[in-house]
Amino acid sequence: MSEETMIEKPSYDDIISLVSSKFGDKVKFKESTKKNVKAINEKRRIYMSADREIIQDLAYYLRDKLNFEQASAVTGVDWVDHLQVVYHISNYFNAIMIEITVDIPNDDPHVPSVAPVWGGANWHERETYELFGIIFDGHPKLERLLTPSSYEFFPFRKSYKLRGQE
Amino acid sequence: MDGKMKQDKMWVTMGPQHPFSHGLWTLRVEVDGEIITDAEPEVGYLHRGWEKECEQRDYQKIIPMADRLCYSASMTWSHLFCKVAEEALDIEVPERAQYLRVVADEICRLQSHLMWLAAVGTDVGNLTIFLWALREREFMLDLNVRLCGQRLTTNYPRIGGVRNDMPYYFERDCLRGIERFEKALWDILQLTDESSIFVGRMKGLGYITRKDVANLGITGPAMRGCGVDYDVRRDDPYDAYGELDFEVPVLKEGDAYSRYMIRIEEMFQSCKIIKQAMKKLESIPKTAPYRLKVPKCIPEGTHVAKMEDPRGESLMYLISDGTDQPYRLKVRSPVFVNVSASKHMVKGVRIADIPAIMAMIDMCLGETDR
Amino acid sequence: MGLTEWIVNRADDVIISMSPYDVLNLPYDIGVKVWESLGGLIAWLINLIVPGNWLSEALISNEVTNGVAMIVMVLVIFIIGFLTNLTMIWEERKVLGRMMDRRGTKICLLGWGQCLGDGLKTFMKENVTPKAIDNKIYWWGVSLIIGTSVLIACMVPLSPRWFIVNYEAGLLLIFAFFALAPFLILCAGWSQNNKYALMGGFRAAELMISYEIPMLLLFAACVLMTGSYNIGDIIAYQQENIWLVVPQIIGFFVCIVCAIAESERIPFDLAEAEAELVEGWQTEYAGMKWGLIMLGDYFRGFVACALVVIMYLGGWSLPFVNQFDWYWMYFPEIVMTLKICLVFFVFIWARGALPRVRTDQILNIGWKVLMPLAMLNLVITILLKVGGVF
Repeated sequence: MSEETMIEKPSYDDIISLVSSKFGDKVKFKESTKKNVKAINEKRRIYMSADREIIQDLAYYLRDKLNFEQASAVTGVDWVDHLQVVYHISNYFNAIMIEITVDIPNDDPHVPSVAPVWGGANWHERETYELFGIIFDGHPKLERLLTPSSYEFFPFRKSYKLRGQE
Repeated sequence: MDGKMKQDKMWVTMGPQHPFSHGLWTLRVEVDGEIITDAEPEVGYLHRGWEKECEQRDYQKIIPMADRLCYSASMTWSHLFCKVAEEALDIEVPERAQYLRVVADEICRLQSHLMWLAAVGTDVGNLTIFLWALREREFMLDLNVRLCGQRLTTNYPRIGGVRNDMPYYFERDCLRGIERFEKALWDILQLTDESSIFVGRMKGLGYITRKDVANLGITGPAMRGCGVDYDVRRDDPYDAYGELDFEVPVLKEGDAYSRYMIRIEEMFQSCKIIKQAMKKLESIPKTAPYRLKVPKCIPEGTHVAKMEDPRGESLMYLISDGTDQPYRLKVRSPVFVNVSASKHMVKGVRIADIPAIMAMIDMCLGETDR
Repeated sequence: MGLTEWIVNRADDVIISMSPYDVLNLPYDIGVKVWESLGGLIAWLINLIVPGNWLSEALISNEVTNGVAMIVMVLVIFIIGFLTNLTMIWEERKVLGRMMDRRGTKICLLGWGQCLGDGLKTFMKENVTPKAIDNKIYWWGVSLIIGTSVLIACMVPLSPRWFIVNYEAGLLLIFAFFALAPFLILCAGWSQNNKYALMGGFRAAELMISYEIPMLLLFAACVLMTGSYNIGDIIAYQQENIWLVVPQIIGFFVCIVCAIAESERIPFDLAEAEAELVEGWQTEYAGMKWGLIMLGDYFRGFVACALVVIMYLGGWSLPFVNQFDWYWMYFPEIVMTLKICLVFFVFIWARGALPRVRTDQILNIGWKVLMPLAMLNLVITILLKVGGVF
């Protein structure tokens, strides 16, 4: 994916058609049912879910081809039966934000890191690692950031109960 | 030893108790004499599990908690939470509430930027800037008191609207305060822009390129100072921002001074926005509703909202499970990402430039560590 | 006996023969007169109980009187300098407060008492000393910094009758002691085993290169004009001819900048830049030591102001009233002190208006701006002198 083919301001439909033609059924798009939200009505939100194997390819594709320059957030979610990583990726030219969800099994919490693609994802991944125990393969420095390095548990998992929850 | 002196680099730990850090965080820098060769920011001293705590609280109870994310951007944070909850409920707030939120947001932005200006003053060693900026900020806080009843943690927005309508004569007070402030800001600029020492301390430092700034995830004034023409208020409008006419200042230099200029210009733009919103509020009848009645529980789903914080782009990601408590609430703090890029800003400058460069991030540890 | 006679009448002729001064020295005179009253009273009381004893004879002897007078003289000079210093601190608090749109301190005597309270507070503090320091240099460094500061402050004469020693190389000596401090700061910074302190020490040395040379060029111009190192002579020249600020107006402004740098105040307080170096070379000096360092800083500010006054503003002389006896009777010390406070006002003004400069900026200012200007000033002085204007 060279610089020449980059589309600076891809439209909503472009993104969907390009991504689905490139990655096929490994990426599934979701439609939002909300009626009154301005950003969704004006087609500035794209929701998709991807397989974890292709997440790095997808990231490179989005950055280099579709000009999504910034990773706004990388979030972990504990669905008890499985874990999930949610990426929010932004384009500065058309203000479209893509939400990518990646499901991860509980017994193998590994996912390729996107920190080499977007420097801004670096600390988000570190945070997700320490709070959920999701390991980002290929991350430059996967250490605990907010919590003390002596912690051996992952406080944001649902199995970690707060005082009022027990 | 063969009798020769060995010159070596050394690591200096700046923080967590350090005058430049404006909060509890550490910047470890490797210095060669006074030149910085490497840096490593460390945060987490204030981590209190905010997101986890929200998981066992009602949605209404999270609004004042969101205020506490950042003491000087409290309005935008509680506004953002209400925004994401409204998105989950799929409702549009009444027009009057939208404009009231805009006014409160911009007052909040003004006082936050003034707090930043005051901090810049202490960082470059001039306490006069500090006190003058705080004096002006006091007027903004007075406006906050008039509108929301609180100086800092305003607890003003509600899911579906705002807590109360404007009090009597608020319009007069607000417009007077803003007009007075526009004049007073020029006074403060005499101490900063007109001083060649001040400009010399800012210019040409902490360069970031257009490409890096996007890739590193830096947002807000720091990003616009590097040539990215993007403002959530204009490009991804929420509430009434889409109907207001204002400019987004963008500079291409990418150094600390351009980031400083952006923030100053933003203050003037905020004044403009407040004036317009006040005029619009006049045309909306006073009896119009300013708040919707909303259910206590939010239907199942995932929702995301983002907003232009005084410090950058803030984002909240909410997963609701149909109960009155969120399943997961993620906060994307702009400062958290901006400070992670501080390594790239301070490399190659002198140790004396660190406060001047870091001041442009406008640290707020409450939202960084959450 | 009125105040006038008290000042005019010197002590007994016998004492004058003992006195180290060949002209009237007011502090010494005060010392003699204090001991004449106090020692005389004690001697009289002892003599009442045991008539004709040797002790009361000794107490009023010339040698003892002279010795006590010397001690009292030094005390008087120090206390007056100290009080001037406190007044300058008070002045800074009030003026800076007004510049920042606040009122400054208001404790006791319009806030003057705050300085005493602060001093008392620092003395009450625990004496914290870090463990891994170079003990000797740590203590000697800070002692010598404070010591030299107080010494030069006491060496500044306030009038022709208010001095310790009227030496020929007066101004030169003050400059020499003044320039000692950066070296001591470097030592003190090194001894504390603290990176901030070390960097502060380096900066003090770096800073010194930039202001010391223009300062000495200005000094040379001043000496060239007046033809003497002696402070009294320099001021006498200005009194007879013209204040040097008129022919050397460039030098005057350069001197003020250099003097601010010399006393290490904002905007040139790089060595203790609190934004990045915590407290610079003073980081590990806690409590009383820090209080004394602050006091020493203000003593240095006092001397820096005094240098400007002596070199450019005619010292204790005032135009138009110089020929009157009443002026010389009461006013020269007061006028000198007021002039010092006036110059200090400019220092405070600079502090209120300017941000701190950076190390490379001060070097630029020192070598690219101040140095050529000082040279220009010297050239103008030489031309004026050769042309016979003054």
